[in-house]
Amino acid sequence: MADQIDTKPYVGQSIERVEDGILLTGRARFSDHQPTVTGTLHAAMLRSPHAHAEIVSIDKSKALAMPGVSAVLTGQDLTEMASAFLIVIKQPMQHYSLAVGKARYVGEPVAVVVATDRYKAEDALDAIEVEYRVLDAIVDPQKATKPGAPILYEEVGDNVVSTREFSYGEPDKAFAEADRVIKLTAPYPRNSQTPMEGFVVNADYIADTDSYDVASNYQGPFTSHPVMALALGVPSSRLRMRVPAFSGGGFGVKVQIFPYVVLMCLCSKVAGHPVKWVEDRLEHLSAAAAAPNRVTEIEAAVKNDGTVTAFRFDQLDDYGAYLRAPMPGPLYRMHGTLTGAYHIENLAVRNRVVMTNKCPSGMIRGFGGPQMYFAIERLMHRVAVELGLDPLDVIRKNLVPAGSFPYRAAAGALFDSGDYQTAVERAVNEGGLEDLKRRRDAARADGKLYGIGYSVVVEPAQSNMGYLSNILPAEERRKNPKGGAVSNATVNVDPLGTVSVTADSLPQGQGHATVLSQIVADELGLTPADISVNMELDTQKDAWSIATGNYSARFSSSTTVAAHKAAVKVRNKVARIASVTLNVPADQLEFADGKIFAANNPENSLKFYRVAGSAHWTPGSLPDDMDPGIRETGTWSPPELEPPNDQDQINTSLTYGFVFDYCGVEIDRDTGQVHIDKYVTMHDSGTLLNPLLADGQVYGAFSWAIGCALFEEFAYGDDGSFLSGTFADYLCPTAPEVPEPLILHMETPSIFTPLGAKGIGEGNVMSTPACLGNAVCDALDIETVSLPMTPSKISALIHAEETPPPAGGAKQAAPAPAGTGRVIKGSGETTVPAAPDEVWRTLLDPDKLAAVIPGCHSLDKVGDDSYRADVSLGVGVVRGRFRASVDMSDMDPPNSVRLSGGVQGPLGASKGAGNVRLKAVDGGTHVTYDYTVEISGKVAAVGGRMLEGAARIVIGQFFQRLVSQVGGKTAAAGTSPAGETLWQRILRAFGIGR
Amino acid sequence: MSELSGTARHNISFTLNGETVSGSAEPRMLLTDFLNYELGLTGNHVGCEHGVCGACTLLIDDNPERGCLTFAVQVDGRDVKTVESLAGREGDLNDLQLAFRKHHALQCGYCTPGVLMSLTAYLEHTPEPNEEELRDMLSGHICRCTGYVGMVKAALDVVEQRKAKA
Repeated sequence: MADQIDTKPYVGQSIERVEDGILLTGRARFSDHQPTVTGTLHAAMLRSPHAHAEIVSIDKSKALAMPGVSAVLTGQDLTEMASAFLIVIKQPMQHYSLAVGKARYVGEPVAVVVATDRYKAEDALDAIEVEYRVLDAIVDPQKATKPGAPILYEEVGDNVVSTREFSYGEPDKAFAEADRVIKLTAPYPRNSQTPMEGFVVNADYIADTDSYDVASNYQGPFTSHPVMALALGVPSSRLRMRVPAFSGGGFGVKVQIFPYVVLMCLCSKVAGHPVKWVEDRLEHLSAAAAAPNRVTEIEAAVKNDGTVTAFRFDQLDDYGAYLRAPMPGPLYRMHGTLTGAYHIENLAVRNRVVMTNKCPSGMIRGFGGPQMYFAIERLMHRVAVELGLDPLDVIRKNLVPAGSFPYRAAAGALFDSGDYQTAVERAVNEGGLEDLKRRRDAARADGKLYGIGYSVVVEPAQSNMGYLSNILPAEERRKNPKGGAVSNATVNVDPLGTVSVTADSLPQGQGHATVLSQIVADELGLTPADISVNMELDTQKDAWSIATGNYSARFSSSTTVAAHKAAVKVRNKVARIASVTLNVPADQLEFADGKIFAANNPENSLKFYRVAGSAHWTPGSLPDDMDPGIRETGTWSPPELEPPNDQDQINTSLTYGFVFDYCGVEIDRDTGQVHIDKYVTMHDSGTLLNPLLADGQVYGAFSWAIGCALFEEFAYGDDGSFLSGTFADYLCPTAPEVPEPLILHMETPSIFTPLGAKGIGEGNVMSTPACLGNAVCDALDIETVSLPMTPSKISALIHAEETPPPAGGAKQAAPAPAGTGRVIKGSGETTVPAAPDEVWRTLLDPDKLAAVIPGCHSLDKVGDDSYRADVSLGVGVVRGRFRASVDMSDMDPPNSVRLSGGVQGPLGASKGAGNVRLKAVDGGTHVTYDYTVEISGKVAAVGGRMLEGAARIVIGQFFQRLVSQVGGKTAAAGTSPAGETLWQRILRAFGIGR
Repeated sequence: MSELSGTARHNISFTLNGETVSGSAEPRMLLTDFLNYELGLTGNHVGCEHGVCGACTLLIDDNPERGCLTFAVQVDGRDVKTVESLAGREGDLNDLQLAFRKHHALQCGYCTPGVLMSLTAYLEHTPEPNEEELRDMLSGHICRCTGYVGMVKAALDVVEQRKAKA
């Protein structure tokens, strides 16, 4: 009956996800679980232990001879098979999938082994002999710009590889006329949202057609597809990219799979079989991608009433060792919105791209937004403090006025819709700001460190594909103007009239299939359960374009529109077919409840599936000009995404949501720990397509933002050694650390998208670090703070002016010498049951020394007092073979000797020195020793917290073996009741030995 | 446990989700690799391979363990349960799985099997945890998508449901 037809749209409802059943039962096939062809080989990579080193030679012969090994490729091999990757700027900065000539960061792939399984491939890595000549490394972006800094690209001659200056309005005049100029330096750290599933690539070379078939959890944008095809030297139609429906998180990181895709393609070509590679966690943390760390010097020209008349930015963005396309995206993606949520007409900008010896940067969730808003919103807080005004009043005074939308920002962003004032006032009232202020006052009255922070953010979504062309001067851009952003989705109706959807959005957990099913169901009068959505993508079968992918909160304002367009086409076609039978004009038909019926006479109806199926079964009965079958693709590019104009203005994104956050934090005076007392986040993201999923995006962005603000940073030593190679070192927030924020919504539809939706997944990674930074500065009454605000950093700020502890207090760890990485130091003593002469002879006898050194396979005397050894060492589960060199100096037989040297192997490298002193005592020789060792490479990255203990164990083993070598066995006469020898007890007393 | 030779493959047999399975593995083969590559299971996911992230958590003799820190040969003769054991034979979700769907406790779903297995064991011996205790237990898992809000709500929902039934 017509009156029972439910026409309430599914769009806008919090319906449960269609994806969840298969995920919750463990049946979803992520990339590592995709079926592989029998005979598929597996790759493992040898990676540089040095941040900056010339590759003098690579000997792969031993590795090639190992069981199961099919191929070993080096950078040199790649130069003969492939072209260097195209980069965005015109600079001689060659980048291949493997290091060529020199390695520029710890973790850079230097060689790849292809073998019958991953275990055998990793075995063979140990057998590749690489000789490096270590170069000075540069890690700090500001130091990298200075004359005399180590240079990454000699061909460029400068670590700053791109500089651009922009001016909008009259910034110089505004600064000259300002009552005050308020400045801030806002450094933003290097971090990443680190998806739980790493990169996976499965590549198959098809010799017949000289083409490649790749399955990978790549996330787009497909601007990288031509980059890969050109590197491989094939037409892009012969690089088939297939992306599975399920990906274990992306957050922008998986944009940067592409060098590995090319590498696996080449491996397959050489090995003659499909080759699969699964990234491990250390590879991911050290070498996948990091958000660029940025140093922003920002100035505001202000009037005494708090009005800001101009901003001046100096942005130094650190791209690490290679500028992989589409880098430097994060520096330009926000360009149109450089004035934030404020009506500021004057703007000056200098953008510099700097290269350092760190993991190459990438687009990570919010790319460019967290860095930019941390500077803007921290500065606005400073403006209020300096002028003695309330920070929220300064925000209110400068917000883009209601009623001025669409609003053209100074640098070109066209804000589609909004009412920022109402959003702020609603959040103040509904979130209980006055109550929060009372809590703050009460806490402060109790002597607690309590602060309130605010931040406002304009959240862009769906990037203009032309945003990066602003890195070129206007006259160069004119030759090849770039803009737009094409989205695609296809709705297919099969012969039984059931509906399936494919689309170009490559989801990684956002629930795109659910939302698409809602949109298509509404249009066709079906239920979401009636719609089968297949989110796989296949470049040889599906509609795609360069914007295809999952980034810049693209989905809700792009692919949804394409899907809506496709569904409308299907509806129109089905309506035309039905109008003949129902004898009702097509535009007077409605679709609901699985039926098509006359709007004014619902009894006059047909089943949707019957009508739709007829396009297959009886094509002859279709209207004359109608194609048979029903498969409609919606394609869309918003006209507002124009190329940059001659004044360098660019509408960098299509939609602009609004976020207003405030929070209260209490800081533990003793530990420096930041406790989030309350967090309120107001979002106007246009029309919400599925509020349940929208909130999920906010929770997720907020959670990572907590990590960015308080915990996460990729740490490097001054020598470029990487120090955050495990999840015990790179700290992701867990459930106790992430409070539940109060989420508020306002829905001002976008005027540029048919469904009115904007992005929502990135806002909090932009707003929350700044909001927390402001709250901490408020609590501590300090001007600046850098992220992450770890307890050690904050307690140093709290206790900075304390007097030093009295003598006899805990000894401070000595600071690492400049230019070093992970440094371990130690000393100890033991007694050996032999006279000093005998101990001395043992130390100088290669055969005896070989038996004493733990894990020593061979030891050769290569000079009077020089040795080369082949040893196995390990820290925890990370074990490997090293080549060691030891030189003896300052020899005073049999009293003392200085040992110096280094070890080098696939797991890393170290250099160090130690002193050993021997003294005759009753019953033998008293040995004292001390050592200082610097460590880099994998061991430094993963073993930080274990190194000191491991060093003690290895040295303990050395002396245990020395004891038995010089006759300790006879000392077994002194066996204790517990079965220990006397010497074992002594060693144990010194904490060496077990 | 018998002494194993480093290079040889060893026959192992154990109960996996109620059925006996067998195969052979080198001593160094991780249980996660054995389940994934030798047995073709899709539910157990590897997130870090060093025991921190919890994605690979499964039950060995009903105790939650990290699959990535377990060698396949170590489960010879034992009982192993993975996320595939939770739903009924027809694929009908259990109460915990239903609550996860209802409260949007998963996004990409990669860490979810490990979380479900930990919660399954935890709620057996701690049937009525409060939110703080639950969050403390969940701290053994890293989820990058959800901010944990849905997981906590789902688990508390299940606690209430089971209390009502008891």
